[in-house]
Amino acid sequence: MALEGIGKSFGGVPVLQDVDLALHTGHMLALAGENGAGKSTLMKVLSGVHQADAGVIHLRGHEVRFATPRQAMDAGIAIIHQELNLVPTLSAGENIFLGREPLTAWGSIDWRRLFREAAALLEELEQPIDPRTSVSRLSIGQQQMVEIARALSLDAEIIVMDEPTDALTDVETAVLERVVASLRAAGKSLVLITHRLAEIFRMCDDVAVLRDGRLVHQGPTAESNEDRLIQQMVGRELADRYPYEPPRAGEVVLEVENLVAPGVQDISFSARAGEVLGFGGLMGAGRTEMCRALCGDVPRHTGRVRVHGREVRFTSPQQGLKAGLVYVPEDRKQSGLVLDHSVADNMSLTALPAFCGPLGLIRHARERSAVTHYIDAFRIKLSDPDQPAQTLSGGNQQKVSLAKALMPEPEIVILDEPTRGVDVGAKREIYLLINRLKREGKCVLLISSEMPELIGLSDRILVLANGLVSGEFQRDDATQEKIMTAAAHVATPMET
Amino acid sequence: MTAITMNRSAMRMLIDNKAFLALMLLVAVSAAMSDNFLTPDNLLNVLRQTSINAIIAMGVTFVILTAGIDLSVGAVLALSGAFAASMTASGLAPWLSVPGSIAAGAAMGMVSGLFVAFGRIQAFVVTLVAMTVVRGAALVYTDGRPISIGGGDVADAFWQLGGGYWMGIPIPIYLMFFVFVLCWSVLHHTRFGRHVYAVGGNEQVARLSGINVNRIKVSVYAIAGACAALAGVVLTARLGSAQPNAGMTYELDAIAAVVIGGTSLMGGRGRIFGTLVGALVIGVLNNALNILGVSSYFQMIAKGAVILLAVLIDSRSQSSS
Repeated sequence: MALEGIGKSFGGVPVLQDVDLALHTGHMLALAGENGAGKSTLMKVLSGVHQADAGVIHLRGHEVRFATPRQAMDAGIAIIHQELNLVPTLSAGENIFLGREPLTAWGSIDWRRLFREAAALLEELEQPIDPRTSVSRLSIGQQQMVEIARALSLDAEIIVMDEPTDALTDVETAVLERVVASLRAAGKSLVLITHRLAEIFRMCDDVAVLRDGRLVHQGPTAESNEDRLIQQMVGRELADRYPYEPPRAGEVVLEVENLVAPGVQDISFSARAGEVLGFGGLMGAGRTEMCRALCGDVPRHTGRVRVHGREVRFTSPQQGLKAGLVYVPEDRKQSGLVLDHSVADNMSLTALPAFCGPLGLIRHARERSAVTHYIDAFRIKLSDPDQPAQTLSGGNQQKVSLAKALMPEPEIVILDEPTRGVDVGAKREIYLLINRLKREGKCVLLISSEMPELIGLSDRILVLANGLVSGEFQRDDATQEKIMTAAAHVATPMET
Repeated sequence: MTAITMNRSAMRMLIDNKAFLALMLLVAVSAAMSDNFLTPDNLLNVLRQTSINAIIAMGVTFVILTAGIDLSVGAVLALSGAFAASMTASGLAPWLSVPGSIAAGAAMGMVSGLFVAFGRIQAFVVTLVAMTVVRGAALVYTDGRPISIGGGDVADAFWQLGGGYWMGIPIPIYLMFFVFVLCWSVLHHTRFGRHVYAVGGNEQVARLSGINVNRIKVSVYAIAGACAALAGVVLTARLGSAQPNAGMTYELDAIAAVVIGGTSLMGGRGRIFGTLVGALVIGVLNNALNILGVSSYFQMIAKGAVILLAVLIDSRSQSSS
């Protein structure tokens, strides 16, 4: 498979220019680049979602042209899109065979065969999911696995995965790596788009780097390294990846004692002003659940929470915000931003009371100046604060989500996976922001599944497993191995 | 900002508004087909006839912006109108009876809102029930017979709200514009308005942003109820009596006006100006078909076709942008 001179523009803006890409049988190619570099567009051209304005695609020596995704599918190209494309109300099995349901001789759906084959595919992915389970009841990681199972069911020759591991836990990622290895052995070609550089070197044979719609590098991974790759992606040299600053820890502002809530069995900790407290653990370990209980989104059952020594019992995020605690959720598309509302409206939503006069009348000038201030301070790239939030790149959306949470000047900031789906350049800016919060004396709780990031930014790390604290490490003695061990720890009730 | 740029941005907004273009087109066609359409008397007539639907529809806009729906507004109109009539008949002055029936309408809406917000029942179901129950209550209250507003000074004063003129323009038209300005200000210039949009856009985001989602939901149904009650007052005043079956199917005209105005039934997107225009589209259409002598049976079909067309144009321009 080879792409030659591919070009594509949207509304006169070139997104891809003269891109050549070669894909070999049994090889896995990594496609790297910042958000907006054109990776997803290139893959959409390959899979028939978009049609190229210029250039040709050769498949096994023949020139091909895909007018629809269906044609690409029939030619043996399967793509796992970045956005989950599942029907939440249907079962896992139905989703896997959606549009290609096996039929009985009577023309009705052969449910037994459908679920049997779906179960076999999920088993191959080491997923103990009943194919009859409704997708809405699966975790995001499991949904991603269903999506992967669907691609496998196509028996495609070329499989494109657009950030498949973003939503996966380390355990699930390891499974995926095993599956990928067996696919390669079977002579399939794979393309992996990922932000996680370590994966590129661990899983892929070749790497291609896109920057601003152009191919800037293609070659074997063995001849490259992470720093060089970042340099190629960003087009400039980055200083150290995790710009850590030592804390100037102040007084204890948050104390949590024996917190019990849905998904949280028993968690105790305290955090200081000017400190970044990291939370590690596998998906489902109770980190997000803990955040939601802390901010008042879900009721906690028992336990004590003190803010500035005063006991609090939030029954809604509104009360949490009033006490100076804000939660920036991991899923910015579903709980972080109103995507089709403007950037400006999103940004000022939380802090709106501060811009209002009598009768709740909004002081528009004051609101606008705050919005402009944050756009500049957070270096959010946009053409107009009134453009819908969904038109921004992932990194910029995340910055809007952060600005929205920080505008009311909270004292305790809970960041849940703040760099998920964000490119290297924007990641670094978010790290710098976290450092700034620390300098300003805020107490930051950082949840991250990216271990280097967690270790690189936190002053102290708590590891959760099964809703319990299974390990606590100071920055200096935290290592990936220690955190992994603690995270995988099958917790027994802690002795008091 | 100069007057010219102000005008230009206002022009842009009007052109961007598909419902407004549809209205202009409809007016042009009507004027071309009948000499009687474009007369001051007839235009005032259209505006007056539109006012009741417009007032209801602007209230319903709040509900639809939160991704809800209110089917009970027609029934609320009937019961509040009946309250207003009997209060007037018993000699209560309009400055007491009108706020009284508006408060009653708001309370009825609020009850629906409480079930939607705290009972977590779908708005369609809650307000379908409310439609039946309130309509029943109106029949019980009126004993199935019209309630006259009676005679005398108090009744005359009340009658002015529906049948009176000020400076040659019917009072209901002033009321319609007053409600429009009020709703517009609330939606675009207050925290509450912004919160309404946020709740409809994404409830989870709204809650995590510290918005009391339940309070917003209860409030929008109360607003819809209050607007329906005001429309009931206007209708009762104009007829001089309250009919127990007044406002039947008005909820459908109101929803149609909101939808023609470009407000999304999925919530979070829409404008009150669009609703006003949507109501005018329906009003002009009714009027033009009447002038042209089209039978009322065909009128319903024509109305349906126009609503479908308007929404189709709107959805196509949405997806292409």
